[in-house]
Amino acid sequence: MATEIVTNSAARAEVLRRICAAKGGASDEAGVRAAWAGVERGYRRKASLERQAVIELLEDRLRDYDAHVVRVGRGGIAVAVGEMLAKRGKRRMVVPVGIEAELLPAGFEFVVDEGLSASELDGFDGVMTGSTVAIAETGTVVLQNVAGQGKRAATLVPDYHLCVVRVEDVVETVPEAMDRLASTAELPTTFFSGPSATADIEMTRIKGVHGPRFLDVVLTGEL
Amino acid sequence: MRVSLFITCYNDTLFPETGKAVVRVLERLGHTVEFPAGQTCCGQMHWNTGYQAEALPLVARFVEQFKGAEAVVVPSSSCVAMIRDHYPKMAASLKDEKLIAEVEALVPRVFEFSEFLTKRLELEDVGAYYPHRVTYHASCHGLRNLGLGDGPQRLLKAVRGIDLVEIEGLEQCCGFGGTFAVKNAEVSSAMLAEKTTAVLNTGAEACTACDNSCLMHIQGGLHRQRTGVKTVHLAEILAGEEGAR
Amino acid sequence: MSGAVLDPTTSPAFPMAAKAAMGDTQLRKNVRHATEVIQAKRARVVDEMPDWQQLREAGKQIRQHTMENLDFYLEEFERNCTRSGGVVHWARDAAEARQIVTALVKASGSDEVIKIKSMTTEEIHLNDALEAAGIRAYETDLAELIIQLGRDQPSHIVVPALHKNRQQIREIFQREMNLPELGEKPEDLADAARRFLREKFLRVKTGVSGANFLIAETGGVCIVESEGNGRMCLTLPETLITIAGIDKVLPRYQDLEVVLQLLPRSATGERMNPYNSIWTGVRAGDGPQTFHVVLMDNARTEILADEEGRQTLNCIRCGACQNACPVYRQTGGHAYGSVYAGPIGAILTPQLQEMHHAQSLPYASSLCGACYEVCPVKINIPEVLIHLRNKVVKQNGLNAESLAMKTMGMIFRSEARFRAAQRLGRMAEAPLVRKDGQGEGWIGWLPGILGGWTQVRDLQAMPKETFREWWESRGKNGN
Repeated sequence: MATEIVTNSAARAEVLRRICAAKGGASDEAGVRAAWAGVERGYRRKASLERQAVIELLEDRLRDYDAHVVRVGRGGIAVAVGEMLAKRGKRRMVVPVGIEAELLPAGFEFVVDEGLSASELDGFDGVMTGSTVAIAETGTVVLQNVAGQGKRAATLVPDYHLCVVRVEDVVETVPEAMDRLASTAELPTTFFSGPSATADIEMTRIKGVHGPRFLDVVLTGEL
Repeated sequence: MRVSLFITCYNDTLFPETGKAVVRVLERLGHTVEFPAGQTCCGQMHWNTGYQAEALPLVARFVEQFKGAEAVVVPSSSCVAMIRDHYPKMAASLKDEKLIAEVEALVPRVFEFSEFLTKRLELEDVGAYYPHRVTYHASCHGLRNLGLGDGPQRLLKAVRGIDLVEIEGLEQCCGFGGTFAVKNAEVSSAMLAEKTTAVLNTGAEACTACDNSCLMHIQGGLHRQRTGVKTVHLAEILAGEEGAR
Repeated sequence: MSGAVLDPTTSPAFPMAAKAAMGDTQLRKNVRHATEVIQAKRARVVDEMPDWQQLREAGKQIRQHTMENLDFYLEEFERNCTRSGGVVHWARDAAEARQIVTALVKASGSDEVIKIKSMTTEEIHLNDALEAAGIRAYETDLAELIIQLGRDQPSHIVVPALHKNRQQIREIFQREMNLPELGEKPEDLADAARRFLREKFLRVKTGVSGANFLIAETGGVCIVESEGNGRMCLTLPETLITIAGIDKVLPRYQDLEVVLQLLPRSATGERMNPYNSIWTGVRAGDGPQTFHVVLMDNARTEILADEEGRQTLNCIRCGACQNACPVYRQTGGHAYGSVYAGPIGAILTPQLQEMHHAQSLPYASSLCGACYEVCPVKINIPEVLIHLRNKVVKQNGLNAESLAMKTMGMIFRSEARFRAAQRLGRMAEAPLVRKDGQGEGWIGWLPGILGGWTQVRDLQAMPKETFREWWESRGKNGN
C-alpha cells in the first residue's frame, strides 16, 4: 500500500552500510572531530574596518537592496518609527511579545502577536521587530524567535517590515555573525537581505514577491 | 641553456613552421636546442577521450626521452597541461615508484613556450619584428591550467611593428576540445562561429595563440568562410625579424 | 521537448538533443541573455571578496571532510533532529523516497501541498507521483510556477525557467491564471504570481521542501531563497516534509559561515540571498508542528564509492558552472536530458544512473575548464568528465572509434611507426586535398565521424615535410 508510512529501519541500515562500504569503514567520533578541526580556514573571520565604517557599510548595503535606513540615537527611536509609519501611511502594526514599549510611538495601533494566525497577520499594515545581529558586508539582518523578534510568520506575511537594529549588534562579516549566533543556533532563524526579490524573469531584479515588499530599518545607538 | 624541444605529435606532422620558429627564437636568444628523436605524443587525445590504457605507456616514453633535459620547451599549452596536471597521477596509478620519482623530478622543468620566455627566462622583448595587425586568442589550457595570464600578450606587445588588437570574449573557448569537435560537431561549430566572428570584428590580419590545436580549429572556420584572415602560432610571430619576410 | 519529463533513461543522446535545442533561436537568445547577466553579477560580487580563494578552499575541504565521514554526520543529524521533534526517514532510492513522501502527505490529512523549489524532488519526479496518488502539488517559486503552469521542464539549477522570456511567461500566466489583461512587465508577472499563490499559502496545510544544508551538530536545516515563497512553505503549514540527498549534510553550524558566503555569490550574484531560513525540528508556536526529513541515497553511495567521482557530491547546487559553460550557453538545459544540466549535470547525471544511461554526457564538454574556475567548492569537473569518459570507453568495448584509438596508441609507442604513419597520412589524405585560391592545399570533406569537422571547417593539407625531417636535414647540412 502506497499510503502506508514507511519507517523502514532496513532502509536506514542499508544506506549506512553502503556509505561505510563506499569509504572503507565507519568513522569514529575522535577521528572526525580532529579532522574537522584540521579544515583550513584561511578566509577572513574578523572585522577589518573601523566601527564607524562598518555601520556605514551596512547602511550602504541595505540601501543597495532598496531598504530605507535612518540612523537615530537611543532616545529617538519612537519618533523615527512614527515618522516612517506616517510616511508609509501605515497605521495598524503587529509587534512581537517582548518588544520594548518605549520604541512604540503614540498615534498608531500596535497589536502584540500572541498566537495570531496567518490570515490574521495578513490583515495588518505591517510588522515591527528588533533584531539579533546584522552583517554589514552583505546587508543582512538576522532575526531569531526571541522576545522582541517573535515568530517567523509575523515578519513574513505582512507586506511591510520595520526593523530596529542596534549598532552594537552590527558585525562586518558573515563569520562574526555566525559566532554570535552559535549559542542560539537551534532557534528558528531568518536572515533577510533587503525585501523579498526575484530575478526569475529575464534576470531582472523585481522587488517584492511573497515576503514583505517594503523594508525600513532604524539603526540606533551610539558608537 | 640546453633546451630540449618537445614538438608534440601534431605540430611535428601538421605545423612544422611552429617548431622551426621556436628553434629560431631560442637560438637567437643564445640557447642550444636539442631534439630527442624518440619523442612521439604526450597522450592527451587518448587520455581526454577516455582511452587511459593507450595513454599510460606514453608517460614512460616521454620521461625516457626528456629526463636528462635542463628544460623542456613545448609549443602547445594543452600538451603541457596534460603533462603537468595528469602525468603525476598517471604514474601513481601505474604504481611504478621509479616512474613516479622521475615524473616528479621532470615536470617542474617542462614549460610551455611563452611561459619559458616570460617565467623561466623572465623576458618580454625577444627582439622580434612583425608588422601586422594581430589578435590574440587565450587557449583554455594555457589560460586556466597553466595560468599564463597576460604573459603571451606582454611578449606580443614587445614585438616591433605589431598592431595588437584585443578580441572580444578573450577567455571564451573556441570550441575545439579535441574529439569534442567531431563528437559534438553542432555545438562545437556554434562556439567556433562566435570565435571567428570575434576574430573578424577585430579587423586583424592574423589570429595568434599558444596552441596550434585551437588555431587549426579557428583557421578551419576562417578558411571555410573565405575570410582571408590567417592564424599563426605565437612562436612564429616572435621569430619574425626585420627583412626576413 | 517541453512537457516530457527529463528522464536520463529515455532521453536522446546529447549531440542529437543539442542539435534540436540549437534550432530554437528564441531559446538560445534567452539562455544567452540570462547566463550573461548572472555571470556579470557573479563576477562583480566575487571580485569584491579578497578571500574568495580561501573560502573556496575551505568549502572544498569541508565538503570533502563531510563525504569522508558521511555515516557519522548523518547519524548525528538524525539524533539531533529527532531530539528536537523532527522525524527522520531513510530512502534507498527514488521510488522509496516518493513512497515515503506520498504516505506522509496523506497522513497529514491533506490532498494538496505547497512546494519550495527543490532539485531533489525534480530528480525523483515527485510531483508526478503525488499527482498519481491524488495529491495536488503547487510549485511556489516563480520560475517553478512558470515551469509547472507551462507544463515545461526546468533547464537550470537556480533559474529553472531561464529559457523563457517575459512574453512567453505572460502567455502562460494569461492562459493558466485566466488573466487576459495581464501586462508583460516583470513586475506585473511577479505580482500575478503573488496574488495567485497567496491564497494557497494561507490555505494549504502541508508543505514540501528540499534542503540546502542539514546541520549535523544541531539537527537544523537551512534553506536559501529569494522570494519568500520558501519562508511561506516552511512556516505556515501544519506539516512540513523536507527531502534531502544524503550529500546535503554539513558538519557544524559554524560551517554555514563558509557556504553562506560561497553559495549566494556563485548562484545569483547576490552578496546574500534575500532570505535564509534555519530551523531545528519543531518549535512550539512557530512554524509546522509536524516535521519530517527524508534522507535519500538514490545512487549517491555509488558515487561515494568511486574515489575519483566522489567530488561530484561536494556540489552545493549553485549553477555557476552552467552559466560559465560555453556548451550549456549554446544548448540550454533540456538537451542534457536530466534536471541536472550543464557541466555538473554532465558528471552527476550519468553517475546517478550508475553509468547505465546518459553516457553521452561526459563528452558534452570541450574541457575548457571554465566550470572548475567558477566552482565555489573547487570540483574539478574536467577531471571527473575524463574519468567518466574512461568508464564509458570500458563499457563500450570494441568499435570503430576504439579500434582507431588503439591503432593510434600503438603508433605513438614507437618512433618508427610514428614516422611511417606521418608518411602514410600524407598519402591517404592526397585524394581529398584541393587547392584554394592562394594555391594552398585544403581538405573540405572528410569521411565518417570525421565529417563532423568538415561541416563548417576546412582542414589544411599536411605540409610536405614534418618538423623532424626538417631538423634532421638541417643537422646533415651542418646548419
